[in-house]
Amino acid sequence: MEHFAIWVAAFLTMGIISFLYKDNAWYKLSEAIFVGISAGYWFVTLFWDNIYGKFWVGRGDDAMLYIGAFLGLLMLMRLVPKVGWISRWPLAFIVGATAGFYLINYFSSNVMRQVEDTIMPLLGTDYSATTYDMIGNIVIAVGTFSGLVYFFFSKEHKGVFGGTAKVGIFFLMITFGASFGYTVMSRMSLLIGRLDFLFGDWLGMIK
Amino acid sequence: MNARMKEILVVAVLTVFCAIMYWGKVDGWMTGFQFSFGLSMTVVILIAVSLLVILYLTLRGKLIGRRVVFLYVGISVTLPFFMSLSQEIKISPEVQTLYEGIAELPPGSVVLTAFDYDPPSAPELQPMAESFFRYCFNNDLKVVVIGLWPQGPQQANIAIEKILLDEAIAAKNLQYGIDYVNLGFQTGNEFVIQRMGSDFKSMFPTDYTGTPYNDLPLVRNIKNFSNIDYGFNLSAGYPGTVEWVQVAVDRYGLKMGAGNTAVQAPQCYPYIRSGQLVGILGGMNGAAEFELMTGTVGKGTKFMLSQSFAHMIVIAFIIIGNVAYFRGGRKQKL
Amino acid sequence: MRREIPLLITGIVGVVFVIQYFIPHWPFNRMNAWFSDWFSIVQACAIWLGALNLIKISIQKIAKKKKDWIYSVVILVFFLLITILGFAEGEEFREPGTGFTWLYEFVYTPLSSTMFAILAFFVASASYRAFRARNLEATLLLAAAFFVMLGRVPIGDVISGFMPQGAQLSNLATWIMTFPQTAGQRAIMIGIALGIVSTSLRIILGIERSHLGGGD
Repeated sequence: MEHFAIWVAAFLTMGIISFLYKDNAWYKLSEAIFVGISAGYWFVTLFWDNIYGKFWVGRGDDAMLYIGAFLGLLMLMRLVPKVGWISRWPLAFIVGATAGFYLINYFSSNVMRQVEDTIMPLLGTDYSATTYDMIGNIVIAVGTFSGLVYFFFSKEHKGVFGGTAKVGIFFLMITFGASFGYTVMSRMSLLIGRLDFLFGDWLGMIK
Repeated sequence: MNARMKEILVVAVLTVFCAIMYWGKVDGWMTGFQFSFGLSMTVVILIAVSLLVILYLTLRGKLIGRRVVFLYVGISVTLPFFMSLSQEIKISPEVQTLYEGIAELPPGSVVLTAFDYDPPSAPELQPMAESFFRYCFNNDLKVVVIGLWPQGPQQANIAIEKILLDEAIAAKNLQYGIDYVNLGFQTGNEFVIQRMGSDFKSMFPTDYTGTPYNDLPLVRNIKNFSNIDYGFNLSAGYPGTVEWVQVAVDRYGLKMGAGNTAVQAPQCYPYIRSGQLVGILGGMNGAAEFELMTGTVGKGTKFMLSQSFAHMIVIAFIIIGNVAYFRGGRKQKL
Repeated sequence: MRREIPLLITGIVGVVFVIQYFIPHWPFNRMNAWFSDWFSIVQACAIWLGALNLIKISIQKIAKKKKDWIYSVVILVFFLLITILGFAEGEEFREPGTGFTWLYEFVYTPLSSTMFAILAFFVASASYRAFRARNLEATLLLAAAFFVMLGRVPIGDVISGFMPQGAQLSNLATWIMTFPQTAGQRAIMIGIALGIVSTSLRIILGIERSHLGGGD
């Protein structure tokens, strides 16, 4: 069984890699298996971890949970075209909850806290900032401010405003470049993982 | 021979090669290849020379196809597996601060580890998970695992099973439910974190295998984040570090560090500077640095050579592409 | 009614989530708990809906013998296989040695991992074909990528080892990540957050209704 298992894994890995040559039946077969298995995986996991956990062993006696279950059932009604419109109710619930939740959390964590940290005392809160820190603080303040100016589209980017926006673009370009570098790093890591499986775990060629 | 026959022949040859290698592994005569230092350097020089040839051809106006790029990427990642070259890994400030955050925890501290990733991100995050667990178990920290991704707790189990085989850790005879617990996965993304802020048990009425929350001694007395000493999130996207920072850190005051895929890491840097995160491990490089800090050699360290080579190849092809662009009067399309 | 009730639900739920942040006491703490539980259940059902929809579409494709219908049969077979195993094996379906775990380790893991891994080839190919120093902005982007790619792996310091400490590639990469990158990232972060805040307000107040779709 152990040999069969690793050959199955290798066969499927090679099937996906074969796409690099061209779209082919081996790839399509592997892709279809992936789609079926993924959907089934979520289906089963959500039942045991969520529904079973909550209603059978959890707090099945908590009557309020059944309102959630009712909303969930309404969501599944989407599969029945005649009454599909009723799925708007749970959808409205999801959208409302997300909107209310994000409104506060994004404002607090991604606006207020970031603004607070951007406008730092030049010499540090305890006057201990080194030249490196001071330059860093200035770069952060200028970069964040000019970047935000660039995103302000209600005013034409001309004159001082345009110049500031231009500086903002420079900072954004550096950001995108760094993100690109990290993306390359990430993708290569994933490839390393798969090739390690093929040459190491499967064929035993790596010492 | 037509194209179809050629394809079948290539697949057949590959299959035979793989079968022989596999048979060798099973039979015991294939113990793996390791290039000597001299051979490793020769391979490096050969790759460099071939890239120079491509550059020369580009200057002469002969452009290469994308499959050549594919081939070089494959080579640059694979060959370093067999090379005997060493590189010094430097610790970056964000890894240093993350390590210091964990190092100051006294034995018996409860660490919440959120596994928010799936197998595709495992090459980057699994080495972090393993060295993190190894550090926790070696230093008698109590570990509570949860996941906002369904595959996360399963990845945690794979890491724990591996670490428990470690001689020093096996000698500690760690008990499930007392020294570590896997509470499993729960849907609801950031709402799960928010609910945990008031009551862990409501979101995780049972553990990963169905044992009721109150039957697990480690978590029985954990009500909410105020009973957690440190949070560590391994994240590959949404829901992940951003959500943990917004809710667990900013709202409930949890002290937290994170391990991210390299794609996500740059987005988390503002949180380090503002003190919302103690530190982060970014991608496989972050994993290698953390392994170095915790005194282990795992897959992060092992694969740094492949990572370095792959980056060099991408840079080389960017340079070649730009040469073609400028040589072709800025109109060259590849 | 088909639009009014959903609008009401959205507004009430949104307002409750805003208020409970400032007043985490009864009744808002209870409402927060209920709504969070419901969210979790509804989300599970939404994901089920996706899976069931996939099955529905696959069956339709097979019934109509559309192009590549045979792959829809494969989708159905593997969906049923893992689902039946997962339910039959009970709540310990993920324990080592179960059929579900076998499928996870030897089918799901290699497939999902490789699907993402092959992106490495396309990233490299795209860099070769499209990453050009066309103007000052593009050159800045390229230079940042260059320093980060080299500075974040050990080979960067092998190349720049002869230079003063501050000019070594790993330190340059750290500087880029800590300051200009963080500044740019923060500008994007604040920009997105402000966008989210305004959109959320529009949704809660019922000005933004696109999520309810068309019709009456």
